[in-house]
Amino acid sequence: MADAESVRAVASAGRQPGEHLGAPSSAQSGAQSGDLVCEGLRKEFAGFVAVENLDLWVPRGSFFALPGPSGCGKTTTLRMVAGLEEPTAGRILLGNDDITKVRAYRRNVNTVFQSYALFPHLRIIDNVAFGLRRRGDKDALAKAQAALEMVQLGHAAKKRPNQLSGGMQQRGALARALVNRPEVLLLDEPLGALDLKLRRQMQLELKRIQAEVGLTFVHVTHDQEEAMTMADTVAVMNAGRLEQLGDPATLYDHPASTFVANFLGQSNLLLATITGPPDGAGMCSAQTHGSPLLLSAQAVPEGIGEVYVGVRPEKLRIGTDGGPNRLRGLVTDASFTGVAIQFQVRLPWGLEVSVVQPNDGSPRPQVGETVDVSWSPGQEFVLDAAQDEDAGVVREVA
Amino acid sequence: MSTAPTRRNWVPYALLLPGLLWLALFYLTPMFTLGSQSLQEGNVYDGYRLTGNVSVYPQAVEAYWPQLIRSLGYAATATVLALLLAFPLAYFMAQRAGRWKNILLILVIAPFFTSFLIRTLAWRLILGEGSWVSELAQRTGATTLLQWLGLITSDSLLNTRFAVIMGLTYNFLPFMILPLFAALERLDPRLVEAARDLYASGWQTFRRVIWPLSLPGVVAGTLLTFIPAAGDYINSRWLGNTQTVMIGQVIDSLFLRVLDYPQAAALSFILLVLIVTMVAVYVRPAGTEELV
Repeated sequence: MADAESVRAVASAGRQPGEHLGAPSSAQSGAQSGDLVCEGLRKEFAGFVAVENLDLWVPRGSFFALPGPSGCGKTTTLRMVAGLEEPTAGRILLGNDDITKVRAYRRNVNTVFQSYALFPHLRIIDNVAFGLRRRGDKDALAKAQAALEMVQLGHAAKKRPNQLSGGMQQRGALARALVNRPEVLLLDEPLGALDLKLRRQMQLELKRIQAEVGLTFVHVTHDQEEAMTMADTVAVMNAGRLEQLGDPATLYDHPASTFVANFLGQSNLLLATITGPPDGAGMCSAQTHGSPLLLSAQAVPEGIGEVYVGVRPEKLRIGTDGGPNRLRGLVTDASFTGVAIQFQVRLPWGLEVSVVQPNDGSPRPQVGETVDVSWSPGQEFVLDAAQDEDAGVVREVA
Repeated sequence: MSTAPTRRNWVPYALLLPGLLWLALFYLTPMFTLGSQSLQEGNVYDGYRLTGNVSVYPQAVEAYWPQLIRSLGYAATATVLALLLAFPLAYFMAQRAGRWKNILLILVIAPFFTSFLIRTLAWRLILGEGSWVSELAQRTGATTLLQWLGLITSDSLLNTRFAVIMGLTYNFLPFMILPLFAALERLDPRLVEAARDLYASGWQTFRRVIWPLSLPGVVAGTLLTFIPAAGDYINSRWLGNTQTVMIGQVIDSLFLRVLDYPQAAALSFILLVLIVTMVAVYVRPAGTEELV
């Protein structure tokens, strides 16, 4: 549970200007060459604040994801790093250099645009060689060809962008940015326009390439799953602010806010009251609508009585063998997804919880049956109840 | 089911027909008449006979080659000036003007609400003795520069080479702006951002991305400016002097005052061939492959 503590500490530090977020506290002293640092970054457009007081530390060579719902300021942040948008306040550092005022074309940063933005009048190879040529690289064509080979597009070098499929254009855009070996590669929803299958394939491809070239990748996406699959570090943004930063597993298992809990995956949030101090075994007792709960004391924030107890659907079990925390409810829906079955269980006070049970042959309750739902202490996370329960709920769009 | 494809097959031709008929009646027929007129001999009072007198062509060139060359030179200068003026304006309108875009477009088209002749005559007032433009030019020393460039001979701006070229530039400027605007409006601003991101400076972004992508508009605009400017006879007549006569003015007076129809027809053909040749040479390198 030490992870949860540090994550919360880091996230709350985000509200204090000037603090470096995500900096492993003592292991790293000062900015290493090539680290990307944003300090108190703020961007106002006429009438609204797109990014508010953002502090980020992206260590060199990491795969860093900035997920968030649309309009949360993630793309604006990316554009400020690229130099396409000027911050209203704050600083951007690349290694030891302050690049806040440096023009886009003088920054050693490249972007893979959501729309790919390949030059339609140039062949793919000339697109890829574009950046090298602007910098006077004598070897531009050979390097461009090599970059195309890396993204498996060597055969299409002489084609125009409009002669290629979406996936090929995407790889072309990636090669065009990568070939310059920038200190930071910015990816602005690069997979947004691809269909699901191609997306999965490109996610793996991107990860492979990142490992191969060792560049710093900053990946903006609205797809939380994509962010978790690909990145070593995820910084969830909401309404122009940083919500939480950490590795995907920490963020998923120990979200620091209802927003993160709901945005990254699904969460069942139970409103509960802490009824006693931690006991000798490191357990706290609590109550939700009259049902007693046992919570791991480390997860419980101090000095707060009203909490949300969050449990991920896959950590709940149908039946009583999940653990001592048991709630009874009525099965209202069961959907079969192949690997698993997702049940909706309505608790007596009306709350519906999701339970995902692996398709492992265990007995399946029918819709309308009354069942027990259980989990063991330590599987949950506990959040202050003084926040919006529905923050960050991703509405499924068919 | 079988009728549908057959029906569709002749529809495109049917749609072509009115235009083709129009061209046959009002373009090919006069061209043929003009061609035959150039090979006739005689006069207006006694009538003309077709004699196949091709020597009228070399004679016309010999008599009027300075006006021919001058016309092409003036038209080319006016086209370059119009391009220099129109490109930044069209770029601003297409990419930056936002809600002002439509108002600016209307302003560009507004001169068409007045006749060509009246607009040209207005330039007499603008450039005439004692006008503030002429005063300003004299005070700032612009007249000295124009004299040094050989565009004017005295301190006067009106009835000079300068005035003719200005008139041509002004009158055909909208024909340059509109195609450029159409091309630049299609230019995806994200491509400009991509160029900046890929280490292209402002000039390189223009040279490598904006300019090539606006070429279709540049080609259309320069043709729409150059061709009518080369044949224009109003600007040189009202804004020029005897040393700035253009070929259109010559053809006009041969037809309507001298009444030398064969020579006028021959000159018309020579101008046509010259322009078509120049356009063909011009369009080829900027050909379809480069035009996206």
